[in-house]
Amino acid sequence: MTPTAERLKSDIRAADDPRLRDNSTRNAFVVLGALAVVLAVLPLVANDRFETIAVQTLIFAIIAVGWNLMSGYGGLFSFGHAAFFGIGAYTDAYLVVEHGISPWIAMVVGAAIAALAGVGIASLCLRYELAGPYFALATFAFAQLFLLLVQNLDFLRRTEGFNLPILPEESFWMLQFERGSDIYVWIPAGLLLVGLAITILYVRSRAGQFVQAARDDEVAAASLGINVMRVRLGAVALSCGITSVAGTFYTQYHFFVGPHQAFGAAVSIEAIIPAVIGGIGTIWGPLVGALIVGPLAELIESVLRDPPGSLSFLQGVAGLDVAVYAALLIVIVLFMRKGIYGTLKDRWRK
Amino acid sequence: MSDHATAVSETSASEAIIRRAAPYRLPAGVVAAVVVGLVLTYTLGGRDPGLVTQSVVTGLLLGGVYALVSIGLTLIFGVLGVVNFGHGAMLSMSMFIVYWMTTSLGLPVYLATVVAVPLMMGFGMLVQRGLLNKLTLEGNHEGPLLVTLGLSLLIINVLLMIFGGRPLSVPSSVEGSLRVFGAIASYERMIAFGGALLVALLLTLALKKTSLGMSIRAVSANSQGAQLVGVNVGRIYALTFGIGSACVAVAGGLLAPFLSLTPTVGEEFTILAFVIVVLGGLGSVVGAMVGGVVIGLVQTVGALYLPGTGSLILVFAVFVLVLLFRPQGIFGANR
Repeated sequence: MTPTAERLKSDIRAADDPRLRDNSTRNAFVVLGALAVVLAVLPLVANDRFETIAVQTLIFAIIAVGWNLMSGYGGLFSFGHAAFFGIGAYTDAYLVVEHGISPWIAMVVGAAIAALAGVGIASLCLRYELAGPYFALATFAFAQLFLLLVQNLDFLRRTEGFNLPILPEESFWMLQFERGSDIYVWIPAGLLLVGLAITILYVRSRAGQFVQAARDDEVAAASLGINVMRVRLGAVALSCGITSVAGTFYTQYHFFVGPHQAFGAAVSIEAIIPAVIGGIGTIWGPLVGALIVGPLAELIESVLRDPPGSLSFLQGVAGLDVAVYAALLIVIVLFMRKGIYGTLKDRWRK
Repeated sequence: MSDHATAVSETSASEAIIRRAAPYRLPAGVVAAVVVGLVLTYTLGGRDPGLVTQSVVTGLLLGGVYALVSIGLTLIFGVLGVVNFGHGAMLSMSMFIVYWMTTSLGLPVYLATVVAVPLMMGFGMLVQRGLLNKLTLEGNHEGPLLVTLGLSLLIINVLLMIFGGRPLSVPSSVEGSLRVFGAIASYERMIAFGGALLVALLLTLALKKTSLGMSIRAVSANSQGAQLVGVNVGRIYALTFGIGSACVAVAGGLLAPFLSLTPTVGEEFTILAFVIVVLGGLGSVVGAMVGGVVIGLVQTVGALYLPGTGSLILVFAVFVLVLLFRPQGIFGANR
């Protein structure tokens, strides 16, 4: 063997060194597997009340995971994710009620429409170089526009919204089960796991790396030959599709959807808050945030139902839960810029 | 500063204004378009002229109200670059302060408004000093957006905890209405319109003539440059947010008599105020005035053809078009 070949071989061996291997994807999937086990067992041991909170939290988490792809990794700060949640919710309602089509098909159709709408909106905004607060305002305006359109379109039943027909028996194909059935937790849990898996794979993929490079320095990324527009639109499409799936499940779970539940500004805010509290631009941040924000309302309500002496003046008062997480949001933005998960991760690394 | 130095910087600042000023063709075009639109509505619209006149009068007065809410927002947006999502909540807050003073202390509404102005100004300066200054000085865009969003939720829900969600009304001291060309215009709304004009006038004068106004404009044009020539940028930011909040207090006091108060009453104004601010151009007080009137007219005259929330679709369509094709607005500087 020539010396050169010898050296080459040793180089290859060095690259095989386990200390140099990138294990982050594998580790993330290990965590994801553990999470899957926990989510699968939980509904079996928990009561009905818990299930309502769990479903609520899971829906939050899916929206936040979707938002995080576009706004956390892509750096395109969306203030109008209600638009995409609403598209998912209304596509499902319309197809199921008017045409009796399976919600699973509606879910795919809704995600495709949401991805298209997202790409359309984002490419308009990016083409005219709306950045920072202007991008946020533009997405906000589009969500409002959709809300108003739905309220004024006859075939979407204006302000009345859609009630899903209740079937005589359970059906997986039509995604309807008995109230309190464990499957109502497993389905959003499965959707969340898929969303997280997409995030893990996407972040380590070429497109994911490119979009993060473009977020950190657009000019530098473009000068290295990255098609910034295309990778950004890719992130937007994924993000909007995932968010829309949460909307589809929302309609199925509540048997009802109206304009404000789907397209209201509150939904856009619900997409942002868990991600920011947990940690923008991290894989697990949105989930951590949703686990904090989701049960908070219920927790505060149960404390207020039987308050300890010093807090008795708060009994029967509405609004405390939102006030608490609003305060939490402000504190996080000011003092823990990377969110709870992001900050903990940094500290642990040190 | 010596008199000589003031004079010198005054001239250079006014030169800067001239250079930054938008060409007058576009504003004139917008006004012309509104007039043509109204003429067409009268002649070819197929609606009863009396009805149209009523819509125009209502729209003008509504536009004044919108302008009043937008003036504070445009100042904050223009100078700090902060999208203040808490603006509507602060509007609700000042209305509830006025409500509390009229019902508990028995003050007349408009006197209560005068008392509320310094309170809200102090609150605004506190918010900017305590929560936002660090983020705005860093040039962070998302931070202030999120903090004001949190603030908005916090204010609304604290109001909800104190006053409850049932609609409340402020006892009015001025009632009745005036007939203009056969259309009805209530005194309260006319006072609000007059208040908007007055605030716009005072603010424009203050920005043009006082040294504080000059510092604000300097920071708005180039905060680093302003700092280099000795302007305390952090202080100007706090004062600007304070003045913006004071404008909100005036708006709250003038609106309170003819709205039913709930903690979320300000929210619907926030959204429209953003539309108006972007339409008028960042930081342009005159733009906010004109934008407010244009949006008010589009909404009420549009309602003749599109009932319910339909006319708002027109408003948002205008917003999206302006954002895409002329994000600096009608009165904004060309960049």
